[in-house]
Amino acid sequence: MREPLEETEIRLLLDAIYSRYHYDFRNYAIASLKRRLEQALSRFECRSVSALQDKVLHDQETFPLLLEYLTVQVSELFRDPEFFGALRTDVVPLLATYPSMKIWVAGCSTGEEAYSYAILLEEEGLLDRSLIYATDINDESLQRARSGIFALDRMKQFTLNHRESGGKGSLSDYYHAAHDHAVMDARLRSRITFADHSLATDSAFAEVQLVSCRNVLIYFDRELQDRALGLFHDSLCHRGFLCLGTKEAIRFSNHSHQFTDFRAKERIFRKVL
Amino acid sequence: MRDRKIEAIAVGGSAGAFEVVRAIISRLGGELRMPIIVVLHLPARASGTIHETLQWTSQVPLVLSDDKQPFTAGNVYFAPPGYHLLIESSRSAALSIDEPVMYSRPSIDVLFQSASDVYGPNLLGILLSGASADGAEGLQSIQLAGGTTVAQNPDTCESSLMTRSALNLMTPDMVLSPAEIASLVSDLACAQ
Repeated sequence: MREPLEETEIRLLLDAIYSRYHYDFRNYAIASLKRRLEQALSRFECRSVSALQDKVLHDQETFPLLLEYLTVQVSELFRDPEFFGALRTDVVPLLATYPSMKIWVAGCSTGEEAYSYAILLEEEGLLDRSLIYATDINDESLQRARSGIFALDRMKQFTLNHRESGGKGSLSDYYHAAHDHAVMDARLRSRITFADHSLATDSAFAEVQLVSCRNVLIYFDRELQDRALGLFHDSLCHRGFLCLGTKEAIRFSNHSHQFTDFRAKERIFRKVL
Repeated sequence: MRDRKIEAIAVGGSAGAFEVVRAIISRLGGELRMPIIVVLHLPARASGTIHETLQWTSQVPLVLSDDKQPFTAGNVYFAPPGYHLLIESSRSAALSIDEPVMYSRPSIDVLFQSASDVYGPNLLGILLSGASADGAEGLQSIQLAGGTTVAQNPDTCESSLMTRSALNLMTPDMVLSPAEIASLVSDLACAQ
């Protein structure tokens, strides 16, 4: 069957981006990518993906803007409170047995997930001996994550999430409000290392006890999911924990035999091989 | 329509659609000839368990879609709460947490548009009762791709905004009552 024209154009665009800017979106899930590109087309006033490709190649200012459309931005502090609840009651006691621990938040976007881990570890008295690596491919997002600044009007939802996840203190103990934004505590920030890392092209960089990569793999095709899961497997210590999004599964990947369910509903897995 | 082979059925609805979906599902039995893929707008807590809520009225397996789950004949798939449900050309699920469409995630437009990309003329799309315009453009996409379209008769809808929005955009192949929709789906999907 002939490939639909738009898919051909998308494939060519992704090849061009890879050659020119070294960002590899070639194995992103086409269905979601297509929707995002349709939004980008109207934003950049392009009539076709080919026209957008022309713009991306010849106009240096377009690519950073397009990158915003291609990478995921949405997150919350303590998104999916049930997940953080399970982490607190079932995983943290096991992590606490390590003299020091490292956590890798892969695809951290603007940092919400990384700060959630830092707050949880602080509440459990473990932050001093923890280090959190938070990585993403989008420099703009990493900058924002590093600053630890969130819009103040988002804190209401974050506070509800935190309370529902079994949070011990008040979320406001971990930030101070300034004008219309909230600045996360410097103590939390000091335990997080934000760094540029691509699950598509880079390799494992440290041994960690826990990898958290939630709602990132949904944007990858099976092949890239397999690559990412392979990196997580390489990075995790024996019996290390892998946390995925609540609808992400390992059972359709080549790595399914290397992990076992720890908390099936919350999608917390353990490395077994 | 009879000469077009239907390889998947996509169903979308909102307020008032739950009972219609229940009616459709209760008529199904045996080995389904194709997957049925459903987006219903429901409060997050209800939609997380909809497959369990409806399972007791159903003789076919009801599944809450995981990412990358293949859509196979025999099952009815539901979009999970908080995620858009899209379909990859490999005919498996691709979830996304992109912005809600018309305040909805999952969105019916998102499912219908990506399903029409993948199944083209071999898709049957059914739009049910609802108090939102989500799904109208999606049903139109299915028609433009050559698929077959059905809208629930607005006179039988608890909230008719959804199907009326579709009827303003396009002329579906059929406008049917819930009972007629349930018969149509069971005729198409159930082997004998």
